[in-house]
Order: sequence, then C-alpha cells, then structure tokens
Amino acid sequence: MIWNETKECMSRDEIYTLQSARLAKMVDRVYHNVPFYRKKMQQMGIEPGDIRCVEDVNKLPFTTKDDLRENYPFGLVAVPQSEVTRVHASSGTTGKATVVAYTRKDIATWSECVARVLAMTGMTREDRIQISYGYGLFTGGLGVHYGAEHLGATVIPMSSGNTKKQITMMEDFGATVLACTPSYALHLAEAIEEAGMLDRIKLKTAILGAEPWTDNMRRELEKKLNINAFDIYGLSEVMGPGVAADCLEHKGLHVYEDYFLPEIINPETFQPVAPGEVGELVFTTLTKEALPLFRYRTKDLTSITYDKCNCGRTMARISKFKGRSDDMLIIRGVNVFPSQIEAALLEMGETSPHYMMVVDREDNLDTLEVLVEVDESYFSDEIRELENLSRRISKVLKEALGVAVKVKLVEPKTLERSEGKAKRVIDKRTLY
Amino acid sequence: MIVKQLSVFLENKEGRLCDAIETLSSNGINISALSLADSTEYGMLRMLVSDPESGVKVLKAAGIPAKLTDVICLKAAHKTGALSRILKAFMGKGIAIEYMYAFAAGENASVVMKTSDTEKAIEVIKESDIEAWEAETIYNINA
Ligand SMILES: [Zn+2]
Repeated sequence: MIWNETKECMSRDEIYTLQSARLAKMVDRVYHNVPFYRKKMQQMGIEPGDIRCVEDVNKLPFTTKDDLRENYPFGLVAVPQSEVTRVHASSGTTGKATVVAYTRKDIATWSECVARVLAMTGMTREDRIQISYGYGLFTGGLGVHYGAEHLGATVIPMSSGNTKKQITMMEDFGATVLACTPSYALHLAEAIEEAGMLDRIKLKTAILGAEPWTDNMRRELEKKLNINAFDIYGLSEVMGPGVAADCLEHKGLHVYEDYFLPEIINPETFQPVAPGEVGELVFTTLTKEALPLFRYRTKDLTSITYDKCNCGRTMARISKFKGRSDDMLIIRGVNVFPSQIEAALLEMGETSPHYMMVVDREDNLDTLEVLVEVDESYFSDEIRELENLSRRISKVLKEALGVAVKVKLVEPKTLERSEGKAKRVIDKRTLY
Repeated sequence: MIVKQLSVFLENKEGRLCDAIETLSSNGINISALSLADSTEYGMLRMLVSDPESGVKVLKAAGIPAKLTDVICLKAAHKTGALSRILKAFMGKGIAIEYMYAFAAGENASVVMKTSDTEKAIEVIKESDIEAWEAETIYNINA
C-alpha cells in the first residue's frame, strides 16, 4: 500500500519544483540562524539568493561528522532551545558523540517517513510490530516506534537484547512484524530454530537496518523465518531510520526526496557521478527545522536511479550499499569492504555467513585472515574435504576482494553475534 | 552392517578435546574406539560410542559441533596379511577408502572404514569372506 500517494508518486517535474523551492527557503533560514554555515558561505562568497534550484546545491559547502563533533552539542541547531522537543545521540567509537535535535514538526516528518516505509512493506494497522532496536539515545527504537504508531499498528516496544524474552513475547503477543538490525534478526532466527518455535510465531515481515547487509543475507533470513524482509536506511544526522527503504520489488531503496535531497559524488574529486555509477551518498535536508544540514557526507557508497519503479513510486532509488568509505579497509593498497565477504559466503552457501576479518602486517606486508564458522550439521568429517572447503572459500574471497585471503574454519557460534552493530573486523596493524 | 560413527569438529584450542570427551563421559556415553585426525587449524575426532544419537545431542548442547557418519567396521585377525586381504577385496571395485583406523576388540583387531560408497562396500563384503561387526555389538564392545 502507498501511504502518501500524492507525494510518493508525484512526477519528476513536481519533485524538482518542490525540492528547488524547499532548498532555497532552507538555505535562507540556515544562513540567518546558524553562524557555522553563514561563515562558511561567506568564505565561499555565496549568498542565500544564489541558491534557487536543485542544481545550485553543489555551490553549498559539505558537512561531515567531524563538523557535528566540533559543534557538540548544540552548535548547529537552527532553532531556539525551547523549540527542541527531542535529542538523540550516536556514540562515537573515537572522541565525542554526535548529538542531533528535533522540533515537534521534525518528529512528525520522521513519523511520516517511517509510516511510508512500513506501509510500503504491506504493513497495516492490523499488524503488531515488535521493535527490537535499542530504545534511548539511539534513533532506531523511538524512530520506528513513532512511525508505527502514526500508521496505527500495535507497537510492542521490546528494545534490544534478552533474546529468550524476545521470542516469548513474539509468540505470546502474536507479533507479525519485526524491526531490528539484520545481524540481530539472524541471531533471533537461529534461536527460534533451536527452540523449535518456528510454527508458533506469526511473523510475516522484518524491517531491518542500521548496519549494512546483503541481498543474500535477506534471502537467508526470509527462508529461515518464512518472511519477507525489507531494508530500512537512515542515519541520525539526517533524521534516523526512514530516510530510504526498499519496496516489494526489492530493486533499490526509495529516498523520500520531498524531505531529503540526495547526491552521489566521487569521494575524491567531490564531483557528482552519473546515475547508476557508484559514489558517496550525500544528503541535504529540505525541511528539517532543528538540525538542517547542507550536503552531509554519509560515507555510504551507493548508486542512484531516477527511473520510475514498478511499484508505482517515482521517488529515486539508491542501490543496496557497496560499503562504507570509513569501514573500508585498505589492504595492500586495495579497497576492501567487509560486506563483500558476507555476500560471497552466502553465495557459496556451504558455511554460515558469520565471519571475522583479522588484518595484520607481517614483514611489512598486509595479511588478511578470515575466520568462517563451519555449518553445525553439514560439515564433512574428512579433513581433505574441509581443506578443499577452505581453499574454495579463499578462492572465492580472493576473486571478490582482489587480495589474497587466508581462511580459517572455526566452530559454529564462536564468532561474536552482536545485539547491535556487528563487529567483524580486527585490525592489528599499527600504521602510524 | 552400517555403523554410526560420531564425528566431531574441534578447533585447535586448548581443552577442546578434553571438553568433548568429558561431555560424553559425564552423560554416561562410553567410547569403544577413537581416532583423531588433525590439520594445522583444526582436528576431527571420530569415535564409536555406546549411544551415537545421544552423543550428537549432548555434544551439540555443549556447543561442540558433531554429526553422525556411516562407516563399516570389519574384523581382522591378529595375523600377518589380514589387513591386506581386506584392502584387496575393495581393489578394482571403484570404491575409495576415505580414511580408516584400527582398534583392538577382544580376540580380534578391527578396522573402521569410511568409503566413498558405503552401500557398494557392503555388497563387496557380503560377497567376500570378510567378517563385519553389527552396529549394536560394536557400540558396546569395549563397555
Ligand atoms: Zn518501488
């Protein structure tokens, strides 16, 4: 079902006109309310009047996560404190957290976006959604919560963790939709399988995000739980989950372009790349009141298409992510994305998709070891077969990544299953 | 004639072999025969035990990956040439011996054999004068 057909199916011309008007208005407001951006614009010699249509966006300065950190906590907020009705924060692995703020209208916009996402997966007010994203400063839990309430569904606010209780509630409350991270969904699926409870739960849809995952992982989850799984994308700086999501076609994630203006740029030259080409995703918020951002560099690598989708929506679609430029590892000069490993393992289908990358340096040469869990019931008891399997995985990974990989088979369930973002890389190199 | 062998995947980590053996003994499962094959990264523990089905269950519950493998178990007299007689019976039949190990059982020696084609191997044994153990006997032979 299409939640807001007027917006989600408007013509490309209408989108262009709406975006241009909103962009010009937003830039004017930011110039007068955010000293950080005003200073940047003055340094670049541009005035609000120079930004009149979508194409002018490339005159604006970029914003990075560092800019948010440096203006911690409220330096970039464009409204008086009394207008701010909520804050969220993401924990930084290094240094300060980044804080984001919302006005009442921002929360309403966010709820609208999430309601569109949920409706896009076929969810209605008859459904019961178990929200197993963390609640609190993290945007996942509350973001989906407000959207689901806006849709009118029954919300089961579980938050993350306590897998056993999750499954009990899922059964007792008859949850039909699950929202959490893909790695936690896989963890839940395994626990449900082990408990032999698959026929006692009523799940039909999973809405998963907050970490990169692959199409193959989606298919595995769908098979394991007998559900349809969807990808919800978002980042707290731009809003939270619901900036984009995939529809029943599963051919890219629709971006809510009436609220967010996407660009794909070459991360080295900062020039736009053509539709279909891979580059870094950049967002300019078009309506956000509390924390409007110019050209926020997401570090997510993807491509975009403006072709109308078979589902009827006209909103541009970004492809499943090719990786993150800051998760990206450079091994022997080659750019390596962890998600490529998962994709390759799932494609092979002979082991579990859980892996751990160990990067080290021996004699000034980078080494990459990948630990892969053998499948609990289908491993071969012949050493030769296991060695063949290691070799096959090495070969497939070398082809996928472009660097030599040493594969080590480990016992099932020994690699960390996180209840939030999965930790899959150990980098032992000391490079500085 | 098919014997269910308990195969266990072990990482080369201190104490894993001991964990597996202890899990079986504390559940009252007796080991009749055992072999440990290893590579630099991991080991494969193969055993004939008093109750293979329970063996898999208790090991899995302890987080140790285990499964059952079909093998055959043949008697070989304590005499020169007994083993080569067995091996010769399989030659030219298109059956590969994937691995084998021997253990003492009463008056005889015995060999456990995993072949590339268990059914065909059984045919060969039936046509020869080689004696094979029945599963129920072998599970408890050293109990
Ligand atoms: Zn679509």
